[in-house]
Amino acid sequence: MNISLLFAALTVAILVWCFLLQHLKTKPWLEQGIIEEGGTTKVPAPRVGLWVFLAVVTSLFGLFTTVYNMRSQFPDWRPLQDPSLLWFNTGLLVLGSIALQLARGAARRENLDSLRLSLTTGGALTIAFLIGQLVAWQQLTDAGYFVTTNPADAFFYILTGLHGLHMLGGLWFWARACLSVWRKLETSPVMEITNVRLRVELCSVYWHYLLLIWLILFGLLLST
Amino acid sequence: MAYVAIADRDTHPHNPDTFITKYIWSQDHKVIAIQYAITAIFVGVIALVLSLLFRLQLGFPDSFSLVAPNEYYQYVTMHGMIMVIYLLTALFLGGFGNYLIPLMCGARDMVFPYMNMLSFWVYLLSVIVLLASFFVPGGPTGAGWTLYPPQSISEGTPGASAGIVLMLLSLIIFIAAFTMGGLNYVTTVLQARTRGMTLMRMPLSVWGIFVATILGLLAFPALLVASVMLLLDRVIGTSFFMPEMLSMGANIDYGGGSPILFQHLFWFFGHPEVYIVALPAFGIVSDILSVHARKSIFGYRMMVWAIVAIGALSFVVWAHHMYVSGMNPYFGFFFATTTLIIAVPTALKVYNWILTLWRGDIHLRVPMLFAIGFLFTFIHGGLTGLFLGNVTVDLPLSDTYFVVGHFHMVMGVSPVLVIFAAIYHWFPKITGRMFHEGLGKLHFWLTLLGTYSIYLPMHYLGILGLPRRYYAYGDTDFIPESAHVMNAGITVAALLVAAAQSLFFINMIWSLFKGKKAGHNPWGATTLEWQTPDTPPKHGNWGHNLPEVHRWPYDYSVPGEKEDFIPQTEPARMSAIPNREHAHSTK
Repeated sequence: MNISLLFAALTVAILVWCFLLQHLKTKPWLEQGIIEEGGTTKVPAPRVGLWVFLAVVTSLFGLFTTVYNMRSQFPDWRPLQDPSLLWFNTGLLVLGSIALQLARGAARRENLDSLRLSLTTGGALTIAFLIGQLVAWQQLTDAGYFVTTNPADAFFYILTGLHGLHMLGGLWFWARACLSVWRKLETSPVMEITNVRLRVELCSVYWHYLLLIWLILFGLLLST
Repeated sequence: MAYVAIADRDTHPHNPDTFITKYIWSQDHKVIAIQYAITAIFVGVIALVLSLLFRLQLGFPDSFSLVAPNEYYQYVTMHGMIMVIYLLTALFLGGFGNYLIPLMCGARDMVFPYMNMLSFWVYLLSVIVLLASFFVPGGPTGAGWTLYPPQSISEGTPGASAGIVLMLLSLIIFIAAFTMGGLNYVTTVLQARTRGMTLMRMPLSVWGIFVATILGLLAFPALLVASVMLLLDRVIGTSFFMPEMLSMGANIDYGGGSPILFQHLFWFFGHPEVYIVALPAFGIVSDILSVHARKSIFGYRMMVWAIVAIGALSFVVWAHHMYVSGMNPYFGFFFATTTLIIAVPTALKVYNWILTLWRGDIHLRVPMLFAIGFLFTFIHGGLTGLFLGNVTVDLPLSDTYFVVGHFHMVMGVSPVLVIFAAIYHWFPKITGRMFHEGLGKLHFWLTLLGTYSIYLPMHYLGILGLPRRYYAYGDTDFIPESAHVMNAGITVAALLVAAAQSLFFINMIWSLFKGKKAGHNPWGATTLEWQTPDTPPKHGNWGHNLPEVHRWPYDYSVPGEKEDFIPQTEPARMSAIPNREHAHSTK
């Protein structure tokens, strides 16, 4: 495809290699007895699961941007006027990400009021972002840019739509985090606080990552 | 000595008591594995029957009128797609991955059991959507399993109206299912290994499945992107891939798209897909050879390195599937080079398998026969791969039966032999009973010799120039009479091989009820799944305490030991250590 993809593949390969290298050098046939391996079981599995999932998301959006770059070289590509609303939406998402970061800190300090406030704000800002994206779609169709008008338009809808779907998926886990903050934390505070911390932490990581992806996509949409 | 791992917390939500929660909506990895396997084998049988139908047409074009030209393409397409994705990928990762990873790593279950269950049901949905395409107007798509646009969604191609839509939807659903399963497999290997089970103490089966899953997680998005965009082209009329074309003398509504773009995406998934299937097979074969040769695997570290290296390289070879599409010569040179480089770690594995057999105490039991059979077919298919990896050799051979022979050898027969080897090998653990040895051996010989007589002649037909994808050849000067005879012979062999598979099913079903009790470790294997307190293992696998691992998984025929194997759970013996390096270097 193109060089960037090749580069990405190599980077992944090198990362995997570095991660494995420390293990791959051992000679298991010579070693007997229990070997403790650097606390693998101390990292919560959902955190590892999230990072693996983010790798999948990276691959998905990386491929889409590669295809976008390749397709935009063709002569029938007519760049569209990106609605200026996108700047506002981007602002909402940045604030949402910050709010979730605050929620993460509040969960760590076990400051329940601050946690509730920032968690709700983060979710609300994200919902506002999604509504804003829909309004941007509306503005585009009103201006005559339909999905089939031009590949540039089609890509606009598909990239924003895909990113929105990922945000929606994030909101599902945000809702579950809210559930444990409001419901379960009341009934069993000691058991649940670790759980809440983890949920809020994973939400914030996912939000930052999707914000990063959105910034890259936004830059891509603006630049062509 | 209870050791609490991630998968071992009390909060485990699943406590099956009714029939439905135990066997239908089950979150037990072993039940999910069997659900995956049965579904995959079921669609695999459908694909097998389809292949028999079009083989009858090819072998005896004038005698049978079972298949119309349109149906021929539909059956070929569905055969390919089902076999590669819905059978092989699902069975190796969803089936064996699910069954073996927690057992071999010493976990109670996958780390996300609910998502694991969901993975199976979403997979089943994808299969239903796929099979539904047989019942829609126009039938399933006949675009070939690669689904290249523009022809896959253009009028005139069989199934271009509804079949292709269902196919793409089914693929998208499958990818969702795979992602849910894949997250589980990777996270379980990374997080839920029991105490003492370091990465380098994992059996090679787990290594193969682990790396294959990573490949799948990174490569399936390419198929997702291609499917979504092709679906949009087909359904709402975008032009991602569709160029400006004339159809029936009139301009179609598309314009400006690039079919080559689709090919890049498809093969960026498609080539790693080969290794998604091959790496688990490599791993499983390594374990089976070692167990039944009563010898440690030769070059364990090298085997792991080779698996990782093959996995990494598999992402930079995809365009060797596109030589005939035309490309910059330097591009072709690059991909030919990487393709030949990937043969190095692969050949290394083959040498190590053979050296594992060398002077081993070989027991030619059914799983071992299948594993050795795999060595033959894989070497054969691998060597013809070197032919096709070179641009200049590939160009004349690409559209002939040589390619059909090559990829069926390397990606059809080889993994299927491993699947049989694995099913026979782990059948005693899964069911607690032994299969019928004689019937199994008969099944092996008929399958191996039968498949050889199908695919070996295809190479000759290919070199002769017999084009693939043809419904009937008619009277053509460059195809001699002998080629037609050979074609008929291939069909007869295919029918025999298909009939021989009934032996397998009879054996499995009979043994399930009437087979003699297997005991907990009939092969004398060292790995953890053979050390469970119950056979078949119960939900939670390990009873009260998780096992602890004290040694690597290949301690076979250690000098000075009473038994010819030492289970991984066996504590260290200090006296044995000084001799060990010596023992390994002379064996």
